[in-house]
Amino acid sequence: MKWEMVIGLETHVQLATRSKMFSGSPTAFGASPNVQADAVDLALPGVLPVPNRQAVADAIRFGLAVGAQINSHSWFERKNYFYPDLPKGYQISQYEEPVVKGGVVTFDLEGVPHQVLLTRAHLEEDAGKSLHEDFHGRSGIDLNRAGTPLLEIVTEPVMRSAAEAVAYARTLHQLVTWIGICDGNMQEGSFRCDANVSVRPRGQVEFGTRCEIKNLNSFRFLEQAILHEFERQVELLESGGKVIQETRLYDPERDETRTMRSKEDAQDYRYFPDPDLPPLCIDAAWIEQERTALPELPAALAQRLQTRFGLSAYDAGLLTVSREWARYFLTMTEEGTLDPKLCANWMTGELAATLKRAGLEVQDSPVSAHQLAALLRRIQDGTLSGKMAREVFEILWQEGGEVDALIADRGLSQVSDNAVLEKLIDELLAAHPAQVEEFRAGKDKVFGFFVGRAMKASGGRANPQQLNELLRRKLSGS
Amino acid sequence: MNLDDTSLRALCAGLRERTFSSEELTRAYLQRIERHDTHLGCFITVDPERSLAQARAADVRLARGEGGPLTGIPVAHKDIFCAEGWRTTCGSRMLSNFVAPYDAHVIQRFNEAGAVILGKTNMDEFAMGSSNETSFYGPVHNPWQTAHVPGGSSGGSAAAVAARLAPLATATDTGGSIRQPAAFCGISGLKPTYGRVSRYGMIAFASSLDQGGLMAPSAADLAWGLGTLVGFDERDATSLARPAEDFSTQLEPSLEGLRIGLPRQYFGAGVDPEVAQALEEALRVYESRGARLVEVDLPHSDLSVPVYYVLAPAEASSNLSRYDGVRYGWRAQQYGDLDEMIARSRAEGFGAEVKLRILTGAYVLSQGYYDAYYLQAQRVRRLIQQDFLQAFEQCDVLMGPTTPSTAFRFGDKGSDPVQMYLSDIFTIGVNLAGLPGMSIPVGFDGQGLPVGLQLIGPHFSEARLLAVAHGYQQATDWHARAPGRGEKA
Amino acid sequence: MSDSLNESSLRQLARLACVELSAEELARLPTQFHSILGLIDRLQQVDTRGVKPLAQSFDLTLRLRDDEITTRDQRELFQSLAPEVADGLYLVPRVIE
Repeated sequence: MKWEMVIGLETHVQLATRSKMFSGSPTAFGASPNVQADAVDLALPGVLPVPNRQAVADAIRFGLAVGAQINSHSWFERKNYFYPDLPKGYQISQYEEPVVKGGVVTFDLEGVPHQVLLTRAHLEEDAGKSLHEDFHGRSGIDLNRAGTPLLEIVTEPVMRSAAEAVAYARTLHQLVTWIGICDGNMQEGSFRCDANVSVRPRGQVEFGTRCEIKNLNSFRFLEQAILHEFERQVELLESGGKVIQETRLYDPERDETRTMRSKEDAQDYRYFPDPDLPPLCIDAAWIEQERTALPELPAALAQRLQTRFGLSAYDAGLLTVSREWARYFLTMTEEGTLDPKLCANWMTGELAATLKRAGLEVQDSPVSAHQLAALLRRIQDGTLSGKMAREVFEILWQEGGEVDALIADRGLSQVSDNAVLEKLIDELLAAHPAQVEEFRAGKDKVFGFFVGRAMKASGGRANPQQLNELLRRKLSGS
Repeated sequence: MNLDDTSLRALCAGLRERTFSSEELTRAYLQRIERHDTHLGCFITVDPERSLAQARAADVRLARGEGGPLTGIPVAHKDIFCAEGWRTTCGSRMLSNFVAPYDAHVIQRFNEAGAVILGKTNMDEFAMGSSNETSFYGPVHNPWQTAHVPGGSSGGSAAAVAARLAPLATATDTGGSIRQPAAFCGISGLKPTYGRVSRYGMIAFASSLDQGGLMAPSAADLAWGLGTLVGFDERDATSLARPAEDFSTQLEPSLEGLRIGLPRQYFGAGVDPEVAQALEEALRVYESRGARLVEVDLPHSDLSVPVYYVLAPAEASSNLSRYDGVRYGWRAQQYGDLDEMIARSRAEGFGAEVKLRILTGAYVLSQGYYDAYYLQAQRVRRLIQQDFLQAFEQCDVLMGPTTPSTAFRFGDKGSDPVQMYLSDIFTIGVNLAGLPGMSIPVGFDGQGLPVGLQLIGPHFSEARLLAVAHGYQQATDWHARAPGRGEKA
Repeated sequence: MSDSLNESSLRQLARLACVELSAEELARLPTQFHSILGLIDRLQQVDTRGVKPLAQSFDLTLRLRDDEITTRDQRELFQSLAPEVADGLYLVPRVIE
């Protein structure tokens, strides 16, 4: 293809603090309009902002997680513009000196390692919401969200495909939820992306003119919006047109982007240091404190799962999709007797599927890591077949209970006693002499008939491997 | 009731000894306001029922032998301080319907001390002005000569104290708004060190310069009230935690050995000869009491007005963006779309001077001008501060005129804003450097208008400034003079 | 460094500051601006190389607050101050995005 796409992402991560960035009102989602907007959020005359220490700690933590520089001396600036959901007429943000500079996010895409360089991450406050339902042709302003702390994470324009941008966004999402600074809820807007997209002829060094697509709050929308924007720009250029720098909005219902505002009416935001807020100073001791509090990061853990447990990169990736998921796996394997591969298979198979059907997260699973471990132990020692284990799992999920007690109560253990199985087979062969003849004449598929009958006769409890062996031996007449 | 001595010490003693109740005292002041304020225009809002209710509550405390130095004392508050349940206008039509839903930290402290809110005083709109002519609620007249301005922006508080309509008033000072009207009205005024008084609930003009302060007839009165005014507030990120001080016990009168710095730049051309004359006599009083005069240099002081008129409008333009007619305040009646509603509400709600400064502020912050104006002004601000700090290596306190002239007539400054701005030339530097400053009365000119002496100290030297002022006031009686003599409350 | 503002740049400024200007103001303001710019342009003559800008009167550092909820719902009181509300929302002319 002739055209190359260049993407940079700006991600607004809503920090999981209890209270707002500059006021003591709650940040919880879904309250009725304006009950979580206090005097400071409403910008009443005379009120003043005081920043939330936890939000700063979260920013430090993020910076450490991406190997960035934590700025010892940053400050808050005012970004001035008028909008009814922006009560002060300015947003408190960081411009000249953000709290976090640089950093890198790494991930594998189709087995190839990628690195996305970050420009910066800065703290700011969110705006409120304008609601356009019909209030007699007017808009309603809800300021509950106004002042919610955001960490805006900005990449360099280093991504070259929609898939890469999505992989970056997913990795970033995993990271910010992993380190506990964001609840990651994209429907509620806790993690929103703006994509800067431009195209250029392959081989050209200079960037093309970029457009910014705002407020992409799902990975699917992110991917679609980028692909559409790419097509739009290529079409435009190929038909002899020019891309105009502008802000565009993605409309998921029509699956297209449309102009929000062009550069001509771009605002002059008149940034200047907020005189209500002296410079933000972060000393080495604070940074060390946050470093100590930082959990083992997903990439490092995935590496450890591969080297220590011999898991594939693919499985290790699946198991580190979230901190809770990883914790479940580590709990199962902590005793050291279970086969890690068996644990991984069960988690990514049965457990994942059942959770998905029930719409639950792993931390809410009715079957705990300890219960599942007990179950798998009975597969490992031959008490249960895989099929039987799935039955027990189903009972554990529905009714709970203790694994060994369930096996005993319901007579679910596997028949692995050779004498019992031999007796059963002998009876079976005696009852079906014609089929025995057929087998011996070389009609191999009759074997399946005997397996089925034998299994049925055992009530499904015969150890399949043992059964196969014995049956073949007896049929062969040896 | 007999109100011969309205010093706070005397009023407090009267209340404690039950010579009169707070209710009686408050009524007496309310009556004086009723009688005189129609001519003076000091108050925007008076609410006798609310005031008297507070007074009665104070009387209960006093009867139990509780309370502190301000319990039961009526205090006039500049209408820039939000006081719960009180209309708080900041001198603007924009807030003409704004009943504050919360108390400023300063109001809260006065309320907790048991002081009575006597009313909300008139001021230049959003504290932008030096004559009180920009108030939406009409001018305040100088009680000494009613054809003259009281100064601004705290003109209402100054005139109320001068006319003895209140024994104590709060005020604010961004570029001289306490000291200049105090000088014009012949009273004592104090602007503390930046950060000592919480700005929470004090409606912002220029955040890095705004500071609350007090006005009263004498330095002793200011000392009496200052302990209540100052104090740390966690809701203001620029509030400073300082050990508590009892200012009224630190008024030791000895001026022996005091080194008074006289900035060369404050005594040059441009100072009215009558002002210079009164100042010279005041300095002679200090010398006679053992003080030593030292000439010092503030080389960048002529740049303080230009610096101020970049920084203050820049901060103000942003601070006043919240007035958009959406959540409170003035909303235009006639408008088309959203943008028009906001732009017209602001056009109607703000007066001419406020609009001029908002536009100036937007200009100096706009793309291409920021470095040349805003950053450059902040750099020169540091040079100005360094001048002061160097001067204080040679002296304990700086003295000079508060204003180049005495109170001017209404309309005298014409339509050129800079003529008005330059009248703050001696006061602005103090705000830029964050220093404490005072003005005290030191005489009158030929027209019978008061002259003010400015005292400037190092950071946190309020106690020393008050003592230095008090020492002078023990030797003189300018501070005891009031306009319309012979009348008693 | 700057000449006085012409009417078009004054209109642009008024748009930034979101304030409507009357014909009288459009006529008066350029002269006043000219005077103010004359005042503040004096700053350009000062050599400030190597001088750190002073944003506050002290070189303070920022004090932070603990992450605690310290407010309660006061919507009714706050909305009693508003020009127009419905269903707990502040109403404005239709916002077009």
